[in-house]
Amino acid sequence: MPKSILIDVSKCHGCRGCQVACKNWNDLEATLTQFEGSYENPTRLSAQTWTRVRFIEQTDGGLRFLFRKDTCKHCTDASCMAVCPANAIYRKDKTGAVIINRDECIGCKNCVTACPYQIPQYSKTAGTVAKCHLCNEGDRDRIGNGLQPACVSSCPTGALIFGDRAELLNDAKARVNHLARQGTEAYVYGEKELSGLNVFYILDEPSETYGLPAKPTFTDNDVFWLAKWANILFGTGLLTAIPYYLFFNSEEEPQDLEADDEESNSSEKEVS
Amino acid sequence: MTNNWTDYQNSDCFLIIGGNPAENHPISFKWIEKAKEERGAKVISVDPRFTRSSSKADLYVPMRAGTDIAFIGAIINYVLENELYDKEYVANYTNASFLVNEGFSFEDGLFSGYDEEARSYDTSSWSYQKEDNGDYKKDLSLEHPQSVFQLLKEHYSRYDLDKAARVTGASRKLIEEVAETLGEIALDPSKTSSILYAMGTTQHTFGTQNVRSYAMLQLLLGNVGKPGGGVNAMRGKCNVQGSTDMALLNHILPGYLGSPVAAPEYATLEDYLEAETPDAGFWVNTPNFFVSQLKAFWGDAADEDNDFAYHYLSKRKAGKDYSHIGIFEDMYQGKIKGLFAYGQNIMVDSPNLNRVHEAMKNLDWLVVADPFETETAAFWKEEAGVEPETIDTEVFLLPTAVSFEKEGSYTDSGRVIQWKWKAVDPPGEAKEDLWIIDQLFKRIREQYQGSDKEADKPILELDWDYGATPDANDVAREINGYDTRTGKPIAGFGNLKDDGTTASGNWIYCGMFTEDDENRTKSRDNSDPSGMGVYPNWAFAWPANRRIIYNRASADLDGKPWHSEKAYIWWDGSEWTGYDVPDFGPTVEPDSEAGRNPFIMRPEGVGCIFALRAEGPFPEHYEPYESPTENQFSSVQYNPAVKLWDGSNRGEADDYPYVATTYRLSEHYQSGAMSRNIPWLAELVPELFVEIGTELAAQKGIKSGDKVEVSSIRGKIEAKALVTPRVKTMLINGKRTHHVGIPWHFGYKGLVTGGSGNILTPTIGDANTTIPEYKGFLVNVRRLG
Repeated sequence: MPKSILIDVSKCHGCRGCQVACKNWNDLEATLTQFEGSYENPTRLSAQTWTRVRFIEQTDGGLRFLFRKDTCKHCTDASCMAVCPANAIYRKDKTGAVIINRDECIGCKNCVTACPYQIPQYSKTAGTVAKCHLCNEGDRDRIGNGLQPACVSSCPTGALIFGDRAELLNDAKARVNHLARQGTEAYVYGEKELSGLNVFYILDEPSETYGLPAKPTFTDNDVFWLAKWANILFGTGLLTAIPYYLFFNSEEEPQDLEADDEESNSSEKEVS
Repeated sequence: MTNNWTDYQNSDCFLIIGGNPAENHPISFKWIEKAKEERGAKVISVDPRFTRSSSKADLYVPMRAGTDIAFIGAIINYVLENELYDKEYVANYTNASFLVNEGFSFEDGLFSGYDEEARSYDTSSWSYQKEDNGDYKKDLSLEHPQSVFQLLKEHYSRYDLDKAARVTGASRKLIEEVAETLGEIALDPSKTSSILYAMGTTQHTFGTQNVRSYAMLQLLLGNVGKPGGGVNAMRGKCNVQGSTDMALLNHILPGYLGSPVAAPEYATLEDYLEAETPDAGFWVNTPNFFVSQLKAFWGDAADEDNDFAYHYLSKRKAGKDYSHIGIFEDMYQGKIKGLFAYGQNIMVDSPNLNRVHEAMKNLDWLVVADPFETETAAFWKEEAGVEPETIDTEVFLLPTAVSFEKEGSYTDSGRVIQWKWKAVDPPGEAKEDLWIIDQLFKRIREQYQGSDKEADKPILELDWDYGATPDANDVAREINGYDTRTGKPIAGFGNLKDDGTTASGNWIYCGMFTEDDENRTKSRDNSDPSGMGVYPNWAFAWPANRRIIYNRASADLDGKPWHSEKAYIWWDGSEWTGYDVPDFGPTVEPDSEAGRNPFIMRPEGVGCIFALRAEGPFPEHYEPYESPTENQFSSVQYNPAVKLWDGSNRGEADDYPYVATTYRLSEHYQSGAMSRNIPWLAELVPELFVEIGTELAAQKGIKSGDKVEVSSIRGKIEAKALVTPRVKTMLINGKRTHHVGIPWHFGYKGLVTGGSGNILTPTIGDANTTIPEYKGFLVNVRRLG
């Protein structure tokens, strides 16, 4: 029975406890951020930020301040898995969690390109890709030890609920009906998308408003083809001597907030 | 709070005003969401900024900072005019029926008895009429022209919707909608509404009267003492309530006992008790509580022969203001030479920081006890903008344990005292505050050893023996109280005596231990027989484990619940019973003389719509000390009873046209001393930003992310701009008026730093409490670079 997190945006008030709990549990370093014009920070996911809350100011049809926790959806049709040339991404049968085995990851970033939600993030330092594992991996396995994922356990309002997917889907539909009775049009996002997302939403605005594609697509064409090609080359040993990430340009690595070197500290002072 | 956090689930409507629980009290939204989901509760958010709380509201009302009384006054007027109040409750459970002295009057912003020179009132005309036998004169029909009800009606008849809209910036339609919503609930006995507030309410020159206006409205709507109702102050930290209970305030002793002043009327214990003990109401027990407190302070050295050591107790100077502002004004003038900064970060959290900084430079010595080196501890360093060699202050920084590194208790906003245990040892040399205080006192006492001076006895004879390493459990036991003959805990304040046989550090905490020495604050029984979230055996609530105070008012005159939906306590024919501990004499029959007086702490026995405060018995709208407009209600511009200090310089709207208000964010905690040193929190809000509305930003050519300078007459800070439609332009007296929102968490120490909002805030405080006016002052803004 797949396990799921239901993210009910109608109950989320953007406290970002989930963001901190994730870093705390997974021991992910804080990044050197600066204010960039919105409450959102860090301003993007990275190998050290696996979940973050998006803040959206909606002005059409009355002012709304919207919040959405962004994180891996653990898709049934997981493009990341499909395009991985090293078979480093696997699904846990028991829970449905899609997990990157970072020991196997070769850092090709196929998954980074393929994911319709831009979730997997490449770390230049580690040379591998990282993302949320639904608190279901190795010595950070909470689900396997009878606990809820760290983000869910930190949520004060019930905007994040963890449980069996089928049951959560029923709960979500009941909540949607309840909201309809109270005059709010809401719907479930992720029931059917990509054959079902294991982390799915109750949304009360078009998905694009919340930064989610209305029709997320499963990637199995170009990149997938490339991956197969790469797999063959790796298999034959033709490319193994060359670090794979050199083929792809990585984005700037986020800096660690507590970095010891004076330079990063003083640059922080400058932006203050 | 009259009610408590878990009781939120019983509410049908939340008026959130002067507070932002979604951001500053996130867990509270668990219960608000429950009420929304299960009861269809409405949420109304009144705030100058559209906040994360507003995002979850059914109705958002933008209101100019500092205009609560105009807003609530208009609602009071509306519910009175349209008879949307709870008539039976108002007539019987409030002082609406009481007749007021004929000499009482109000004209052009001033009540009778004003002394302009002293900026204070002679309150003798603000009194009740009495019968010859001393009984209060009443008119239960509420029609007598001198009745509180008619005076109230007259006072607020000036608060019509149009005027309120002009002053507050909220539209007439929105104010009316709020009044209609609250009134509809008041007329339905199966429903209650709750007012939630915080520092947006209190941090004004008229903060006390803001709270009073909420309390009056709730009394009119019949919402006090009932589940899902109440006037609920959401305290800003987990233990603010506890520190207030334990005499954090400068004019009281633990348990809200008055602290004596150096004046003839307080010369002896008898004088004190005479002055502090009223004729009626529960405070008639003051002697039992006070003498027990003296016994807790001085133990065997306090006995009947020496007035229980009453003369050992420090006396305040009459008329002197010992508040935060008062202390730093004295320090500025060189009158204070040493300072302990405990659990606070003065150089971030004080108003008018540049002036406070100057005051600090006059110190000979400073002790800061904190887990981190704060701005306060570093006030003499280069990062504070000073040349260290010019500062003569000797500074001691004592590293302290954080909350998880020590045992003790928290008292939450709902008065629930919860024990908490130590999780880990503090690092390095960090020590628990209790250990530090214990060492400090022992070493001070050593200095006095051998002295036979009378003046040194209060220190030499203080009952202070917690062993080599003090244990929080022992301190709690002493606060609770014990029998001085047997040492056994006293199980409730009803057993405290004024004859020296009992000692209790704080009477309201008495009962948190059972007679068998069980600490009830450690109980974690979450059973809930009521199904209403009373959780009577989860920890211990003061007073007497009562979860909703004044709960006699949850039942009608005959002692029956007003409605089965809100049944809480009731008279069963022989005694009061129900889901909570009755806030009433357990066997006082409802139809007896005192049986309909639910407000047992008041001598009148009823809730006070008319009550004495420094600036009047009814809240009246005055403008904040610094305001963008003229007072539309009278020719008195700002609170006539407010104390003006040497440092109270006042900016004018011509130079500083925008209304500023400071606030907190979910991501940071108070002065940031903790949160700006925790990387995972620091990354969330890494530097100061200020919130500016779209229209003002367009005028100034400011875009989100731009650097701006915000200035007041007192100083200036730099920040990044957050341009947002959530800060609306308001029409105030016909003029487009803008707000600037300033988080006050920042300073020059820590992993992330930024300008301190309090460099801009004024040296002026509430006329009753002197809490600074952080919410509503004037600034200017310009784009940098």
